[in-house]
Amino acid sequence: MDSALIPRGVKRCPFPQFILFVAIVGAVLLWGVYAMLLCWFKGLNQTNMNDAYGFALWIWADLAVIAVGGGAFFTGLLRYIFGKDDLKNIINYAVLIGFICYSSALLILAIDIGQPLRGWFIFWHANVHSMLTEVAFCLSCYFGVLTIEYIPLILENRQIDRVPFFHHLGHNMHETMAVFAATGAFLSFFHQGSLGGVAGVLFGRPFAFREGILIWPWTFFLFTWSAAACGPCFTILITKITETVTRKKLVKDSAIELLAKISGWMLLTYSIAKTADTWYWATVTAPSMGQTLMDFYSNNPLYGIWILILEIAICGFVPAFILITKKGRKNSLALWIAITLATIGVCINRWVMVLQVMAVPVLTFESWFMYFPSWQEIATTILPVAYGVILIAISYRYLPVFPNEPELNPMETLPAQETEKEEAVEPSVDLEQELKPAEA
Amino acid sequence: MFPFSFEWIWDMGHVVFMGGLWYALTILGIGMTYCIIKSAIDASRGNDEHHH
Amino acid sequence: MKHKKAKKYGMVIDLDKCTGCGSCMVACMAENNVPFRKDESNKLLSITWMRVYKLTNGKPFPNTDICYLPRPCMHCEGQHEGHSPCVTVCPAIATDYNIETGIVSQIYTRCFGCRYCMASCPYHARYFNWWDPVWPDGMEKYLSPNVSPRMRGVVEKCSFCFHKYQLAKEKAFMKGRRELKEDEYQTACTQACPADAITFGDLNNPNHAVYRMAKPDPKHHGRPTNPHAFRLLERLGTNPKVYYLSSREWVRRAGDNYLENESIAKKPAHHE
Ligand code: SF4
Ligand code: SF4
Repeated sequence: MDSALIPRGVKRCPFPQFILFVAIVGAVLLWGVYAMLLCWFKGLNQTNMNDAYGFALWIWADLAVIAVGGGAFFTGLLRYIFGKDDLKNIINYAVLIGFICYSSALLILAIDIGQPLRGWFIFWHANVHSMLTEVAFCLSCYFGVLTIEYIPLILENRQIDRVPFFHHLGHNMHETMAVFAATGAFLSFFHQGSLGGVAGVLFGRPFAFREGILIWPWTFFLFTWSAAACGPCFTILITKITETVTRKKLVKDSAIELLAKISGWMLLTYSIAKTADTWYWATVTAPSMGQTLMDFYSNNPLYGIWILILEIAICGFVPAFILITKKGRKNSLALWIAITLATIGVCINRWVMVLQVMAVPVLTFESWFMYFPSWQEIATTILPVAYGVILIAISYRYLPVFPNEPELNPMETLPAQETEKEEAVEPSVDLEQELKPAEA
Repeated sequence: MFPFSFEWIWDMGHVVFMGGLWYALTILGIGMTYCIIKSAIDASRGNDEHHH
Repeated sequence: MKHKKAKKYGMVIDLDKCTGCGSCMVACMAENNVPFRKDESNKLLSITWMRVYKLTNGKPFPNTDICYLPRPCMHCEGQHEGHSPCVTVCPAIATDYNIETGIVSQIYTRCFGCRYCMASCPYHARYFNWWDPVWPDGMEKYLSPNVSPRMRGVVEKCSFCFHKYQLAKEKAFMKGRRELKEDEYQTACTQACPADAITFGDLNNPNHAVYRMAKPDPKHHGRPTNPHAFRLLERLGTNPKVYYLSSREWVRRAGDNYLENESIAKKPAHHE
C-alpha cells in the first residue's frame, strides 16, 4: 500500500500491522494529550505539585530527556568535528532520538509553566543572569539545529528525493553539516551546563549549591560531562531495543563499539569528577552552611544514602568499567547492562538534583517534603514517550535511518519491484511496545 | 533580547550572552540560506552529478 | 552603588513578645487581597505571605518550650545588593530588587509561572497561585483597590506592603517633603500586631527603632550585633532584612543549621 515510500533494499511489515501499532501507541498519546489539555485549561492544580515542590516530575523529565538526548550532540561532535567516520552508521538515529528528546522537553516546559501564553517572556524579557534563561535560549536554538540535522534524512525519502530541489537541498545540507554540528555542540555545551547550573546556583539550598569557576558552579560542567557520557549510551540502548524489536541488525558493531568505548571513558572520568565534587561538597561546602552529608540522606522515607551509592557507584563506575574493556563491549549481555545502568544513572542524577533539592528541609523547624505525581503529570510525561515511539516507527519505515541496513540484511528477492507483495512477511516495527525513546 | 527592549543594558552580561546567541543564530541562518539558494540553483541547472 | 540616601527597609520581630495569635497573617491577607480557598488546611497549597510557624525545643514535659515565629519574605539582599536568591534566578525579571528601598518586588503580569524562584527561596516565602482567586459573593467590594489581585499561574509573596510606601511617598510629597517619617510607612502586619512584636523601619537609619534593636553590622552584610538578635539561615549568605529577637538560646539556634558540636557564636558564612 505504501511501498512506494519505503526505502529501497529493506523490508518492512505489512501496512495494516504498522497502522495497528501506531494506533495502539496513539491511544497512549491521546491519553497524554488529554492530560495536557487539562493542565492547560484548568491550570496546574491538576498536578500534585505544591509550594514546596515548585519543581517536580516535569522538570526532572526535562532534565532527563535532555541528558539522554545529549547523544545527538556528542555523536555529531565526534562524527563531524573529530572525524570519527564509523559513526556515520548511527548518527542518523542519534539525531532522530535527540530530536524527539528535545521536542519533548520543549513540550513539557510549555505544560509546566503556570502561564503558558506568557512563555515568550523568557526570551523577550530575558534575565541574562538566570541559568534558566540560558537553558531556554540554547535549548530552543539547539532544537533548531536538530531540526536542521533531521531534515536531510526526511529529504532522503524515496519520493521526496525525486524532487530535484529537495534532492539538492538534502545534499547541500549534508555538505554543510559540520558547521551546524559545531554550532550544535557549542549550544549543547551551554544548555546542558546551564541545566546543571539551575541547581548549582541555588545558594539558599545547601543540598544543591556548589562552588565553581566564575559564574559557573561545578554542576555546570558535571551536567555537560554526564550528558556527553550517558547520551550516547542511551542512543545505543535505543538502537539495541530497535534491533531487538525489528529482529534485525541495523548498525554495524564497529560503530556501536566505538561509541561505547568513548562513552565508557567519558563515564569513568565523569564518575571520578562527580565523586570528587561530592566529596568536597560533603566535607567543605555543606558543613560551612551547618549541614552534614547525613542531614541530606536520613530521616525520610525515600532519600537514603543508597541513592548516592546507586547513582555514582552502581550506575557510574560499574558501566564505565564494562565499557572501557574490550571484553565488556563485545559481550552482548554486559553491553546491555552497561548502557542500561548508565542511562538509569544519569536519570537518577537529574532526579536527585531536582526532587531531592525540594525535599530536603533547610529551615530547622521544617521537615522533609514528600511528593507523588498526579496521573495528569504522569500521563503528560508518558506522552512524549508515545510520541517518540511513533516518530521512530514512522521514520524507520519511510526513511533510510540506518544506512547499513540493506547491507546487513540482504533481501532474498531483488529490491527492484515496487509491488505490494514485496513486504509480505517479515515482522518488524510492530512489537515496539517496549521501545522508550524519550524515556527518562 | 533586543537592544531596543526597555530592560536592555549594555553590560558584559548582555553583550556576552546575547552576543553568543545572535552569533549562533546568524550561523544557522546563513548556513540554511546558503543551502537553500545553492539547491535552487543546482536544481534549476539540472546538476545531478553527485551521489550520497 | 553608594546611594547615600538609599533606604533599606527591614523588620525586627521580637519572638519573646509574639503570642502566635495570627493577627499579622490576617491583616496581611486583607491588606494584600491574598486569595484563599474554602479549605485552607493544606499549607502547601494555600497562600500565606506572612506565616506564623510554631517551634518547639523538642524536650519532654516539664521542660517543653514553644515559640511562635512569624515569617514574611525576608527581602534578601544577597552578598551584594540585589543578589537575592530569587531575583537572580528569575528568567524573565519578574521579581526585582529595588535599590532605593531594598524591597524585593514581584511583578505579577510579568511572571509566567516557571517557579524557579520558589525553588531558590530557602524560606518558602513564595507562593504559587494554583487556582484563580474566587471571592465569596460580595467580597470583591472589600478588596483593596491599591493592590492588584493575582491570576492563576503566577507566583506571589510579601511585598512589605509596597503600595503603602507609594501612598506614603505621595502624601509626603503633597506636603512638600521628600523624606518619609518613620511612622508614615508601616506594613499592615506591624500595625496589626497586638503584642507589638513587629517593628518596621529603615535599617540604614540609626534613628529608626529597627536599627537600634538589631544593630546591623555593615561590615558583615548587616549581621546583627545585638546578642539576642539573629536572622534566619544567616549562614547561607542570603542576607535577609528581617531580624528576630529572642532571649532564649534554643530559639536563636533554631534560626540556622549548625553542626552537632558547633557553637552558635561562630558564624562562618562561606561566602565571606
Ligand atoms: S525570602 Fe525568599 S522570596 Fe524573599 S527575597 Fe529572600 S529568597 Fe526571595
Ligand atoms: S515563577 Fe515568575 S517570578 Fe518566579 S522565577 Fe518564574 S517568572 Fe520569575
